[in-house]
Amino acid sequence: MSSLALLPWLLILPLAAACLTGLLPLRATQISSLLVILSQALASLLLLLWMPSDEPLFYSLGSWGAPLGIVLRLDGLAAAFLMMTSLIASLCGLYALSYLRPSQQPGFWPLFWFLWAALNGIWLAGDLFNLYVGLELLSLAAVGLVALGGEASRVKAALRYLFAALLGSLGYLLGVSLLYGAHGTLDLELLAEVFHWGPLSALALALILAGLALKTAFFPLHTWLPPAHAGALTPVSALLSALVIKASFYIALRLWVELEMPERSLEVAQLLGLLGAGALFWGGWMALQQVKLKQVVAYSTVAQLGYLLLIFPLLSSSSSEASHLASQGGWLMLLSHALAKAGMFLAAGNLILCAGRSELSALAGLSRYRPMNIFAFGLAAVSLMGLPPSGGFSAKWLMLQSALISGQWWWILVILLGSLLSAAYLFRVFSHTYLETQDSVQFGQPSLMLELCALTLAALSILLGFFAPWPLAWFALPGPFTEALG
Amino acid sequence: MNTYLIFALGGAGLCGIGLFGFILHDDLLRRLIAFNLLGSGTFLILVGLAQSGRGGVDAVPQALVLTGIVVAVAATALTLMLIRRWTQLSQQSHLTEEDE
Repeated sequence: MSSLALLPWLLILPLAAACLTGLLPLRATQISSLLVILSQALASLLLLLWMPSDEPLFYSLGSWGAPLGIVLRLDGLAAAFLMMTSLIASLCGLYALSYLRPSQQPGFWPLFWFLWAALNGIWLAGDLFNLYVGLELLSLAAVGLVALGGEASRVKAALRYLFAALLGSLGYLLGVSLLYGAHGTLDLELLAEVFHWGPLSALALALILAGLALKTAFFPLHTWLPPAHAGALTPVSALLSALVIKASFYIALRLWVELEMPERSLEVAQLLGLLGAGALFWGGWMALQQVKLKQVVAYSTVAQLGYLLLIFPLLSSSSSEASHLASQGGWLMLLSHALAKAGMFLAAGNLILCAGRSELSALAGLSRYRPMNIFAFGLAAVSLMGLPPSGGFSAKWLMLQSALISGQWWWILVILLGSLLSAAYLFRVFSHTYLETQDSVQFGQPSLMLELCALTLAALSILLGFFAPWPLAWFALPGPFTEALG
Repeated sequence: MNTYLIFALGGAGLCGIGLFGFILHDDLLRRLIAFNLLGSGTFLILVGLAQSGRGGVDAVPQALVLTGIVVAVAATALTLMLIRRWTQLSQQSHLTEEDE
């Protein structure tokens, strides 16, 4: 089958590119990276088009089956997120090509490719241990990217991030060992069949969830995120905020649903929702206090993660329609946040290039002189605030409907207040750009490539609102996740 | 009480010591050593618990622990490099508080 044969290349090519780009001279590195970017975008597009509508695909690497071999599994969710990764990582890669200095590029490309390989590995992984390997590869590559440049502030942010990520991975691994001890399998399909509830399983899942929460930077475990995401080089910030934190969330939500946790732990789900509300309010409040542009965007990531946490209580509803809407809305939220946040970070990087400084006060006058960058920032902001007709709006609409049907009205209040708060901190950024300045201020002009990358991502986050039925149809394709949802 | 359970309990103890050290110390090298203790504890639990009650040797946890050790070595090497760079730049062996 043709689409099955494509699957291993999504891992092999990025890994090969990671090794090659570490060895080749700069020019060859850039050309080979462009070629591999093209191949990945093409492969994920073909996979999405050829995705069979009746069953998920399984592929055993080297024909070695479980338990010792590595089994890849592709369902609608994985295909959609492969596509999301290709889109965002390609544009961030193109951005990096002209944004990074030649001295920074040899360090960037190998780590970029390890990051991409790890992401593809996580979307496709069919067992708990490959997820662990993917998570570790992802964290190590991301930490390396944060430290890129080597200034003291970046090294410090990278160390903070590394310690949090390592603790999170070990929590996850400890939980996986306990699960294996209790059930004797690591394969997700088998585990879902033989899973039985008990104190050991509960402890294992608690450890796994805590580890993943630390890696995703869920409130109140978010303190490592703002320095790392705001301090990194701009294309790295975009990759981290849009994709890296989504991977650990994806694992958490998959496990939660496939092991049928929504029925088992109503209290935990409500607690997670409460943390989500905390994230929305605390992250929004902190974003309002920041004086630097990228810090505002980074704290907005902390806040937006709160919406993803709200999915957990919404899934625990007794009505299957409500939980179905919650999962659709949640995955769409993940997708639209990824597009909008990547666009916003790239646009913020451009604005900082124009102004020459990273403070908000430096933005004065920019809306007159560099309207295109402000426009890109604005489009991303519309999606983050959840104004119609953006992707963020469709996602929030589905979540609101789910909250209404399941009768959990308090989450409606949280969602609306959170949107209001995000409008407040984003309009605060705009208010700075409309201030007039003395004529003597000189603005830099970022290259067209940089502006186009930011604008494309931001525009895609709006278009997602018009084309929401496509991703929603992919999410609903049969697979272990949709089956478990019922 | 069998030998496997002793391994698992020993591993849990190591994890406890590691976690304690990780949270308590702010010296970077001590934190790294605490992380390594935590990792060793996790591997002991994995080998111990995974083999109990099944009779014979189970190959899967051994493969997992081997992979885990490789990952831990890589993570330790990266941490050491970052710590070295940080001490060179800041002349300090721990992370300073946010100065904003």
